[in-house]
Amino acid sequence: MSDMRTVFAETASALLDEDPLAAVVLAEISADLFAKAAARHPERVLNVGIREQLMVSVGGGLALAGLRPIVHTYAPFLVERAFEQVKLDLAHQGARAVLVSIGASYDAASSGRTHQAPEDVALMDTVPGFSVVVPGHPDEVPELLRSAVGALDSRSTYVRLSSEANRSALPVRPGLQVVRSGREAVVVAVGPMLSPVLDAVGDLDVTVAYTTSVRPFDGEGLRALASSPESAVVLVEPYLAGTSAFAVSSALARRAHRLLSLGVGRSELRRYGTPSYHAALHGLDATGIRRSVLSFLDMERAS
Amino acid sequence: MRTYAELPGLMTVMTGDEKHGPSATSTLDVLWVLYDQVLRVSPDRLDDPGRDRFLLSKGHGPAAYYAVLAAKGFIPESWLAGFGSAGSRLGYHPDRNLVPGVEIASGSLGHGLPIGVGLAHGLIARGLVTPRVFVLVGDAELDEGSNNEAIVYAGAVGLPNLVVIAVDNRSSSYGWGPGGIEAHFSVSGWSAARVPGRDHAALSSALSASGSGPQLVVASVEGKS
Repeated sequence: MSDMRTVFAETASALLDEDPLAAVVLAEISADLFAKAAARHPERVLNVGIREQLMVSVGGGLALAGLRPIVHTYAPFLVERAFEQVKLDLAHQGARAVLVSIGASYDAASSGRTHQAPEDVALMDTVPGFSVVVPGHPDEVPELLRSAVGALDSRSTYVRLSSEANRSALPVRPGLQVVRSGREAVVVAVGPMLSPVLDAVGDLDVTVAYTTSVRPFDGEGLRALASSPESAVVLVEPYLAGTSAFAVSSALARRAHRLLSLGVGRSELRRYGTPSYHAALHGLDATGIRRSVLSFLDMERAS
Repeated sequence: MRTYAELPGLMTVMTGDEKHGPSATSTLDVLWVLYDQVLRVSPDRLDDPGRDRFLLSKGHGPAAYYAVLAAKGFIPESWLAGFGSAGSRLGYHPDRNLVPGVEIASGSLGHGLPIGVGLAHGLIARGLVTPRVFVLVGDAELDEGSNNEAIVYAGAVGLPNLVVIAVDNRSSSYGWGPGGIEAHFSVSGWSAARVPGRDHAALSSALSASGSGPQLVVASVEGKS
């Protein structure tokens, strides 16, 4: 099975063939995956070298010329290094683009902190006019990317790809979709957190809702699901813990509720290793998620 | 339509707490020559894909810019009073979403040229080979490293529809060494010229020249102090 990055490059290459206004801007990363598309569309596949500020600004300029740019590189270099370009050269101009990152929080666990961006969604959330989508499986990437490019007349989108993926894909839906139902809590699994969440709560009486659409957050869907006695919600996000806490809080503002926000911790681990090792360190493997959920629901006895 | 001689009068209408007087007047002649003689733009073709694009990257001190836009009919002269006030569309840094004819929102330095590179690419990708992209920067603005990314790249890919006008009032603390700003661009493959920044004929001639790659025109003006 192809990974998300490969599927992204295939889909974006197809879009370049289909849409004369589609463009791709790169900063060396993944340039090899776009070699054939670049040969076919040299004026719409631009590799600016290792220049991430320029990459984002060029995306803004292309949009001002009427194109539909897809801007892609590793998450920390796309969002953090070039953040003012995202803020000003896209959002402030009113220029729209689809930003597609790879690397996620700790896909590159063995590469260290420089290649990890668990803060990316929190940062992108401060930029007006951006949707955020987090695919959970490579098979979900084509539709999410096509929808994002199709929505460029009204919104920009940040697409967060990862080497981590669920065991199987679900149909792409705009909001929360119920994977299984229960009474004690709603567990919201974002993107690739669905499989570990299902493994963690398999025998617990909780609803599991899956989403690939993080912004806008499906508050209405959450209100409909959070009907347990205490409106208990567990948010499981594959990036900085609490990133969507305010969205849940806002959705449930008019009712008493409890919220547990699971995600990547704030301290720098200074550990290498594998993504699954880092997931365990952050309590985001099935064991860690189960431990947190049981404690939150005062269900230790069930363990 | 107003004349060049009437621009100072328009600028005096823009009372307020504008702090960048010297840098505003440093661009006055360049802006006038661009809008009067060079740019293929007009208020009745604001959305024409074939228009030239002028990007005021150095968004500081935009009084001269607004005066020229008013003089050329892009904005009503009545907008000039109240510059920077709550109800005004004219801020201390211009916003393309508020001011007709303004192609980018600027203020933070080092963004106009990189955006201009994308715009120049985009026009070519759309088959629009006639319009040119003009980016006005200040000499101190070139301190920002993002410009360097754009200068080296644009020179390497040879964008023929990109023109940078660097208004040089020697305000960069460390300057550009022997050869000045032009050496910095020409080593990356740009054609480069320096002209007196108050000489309308020289500015017009330099800005109207076309070339096979990106072009730099340095406009020398008096220092700030």
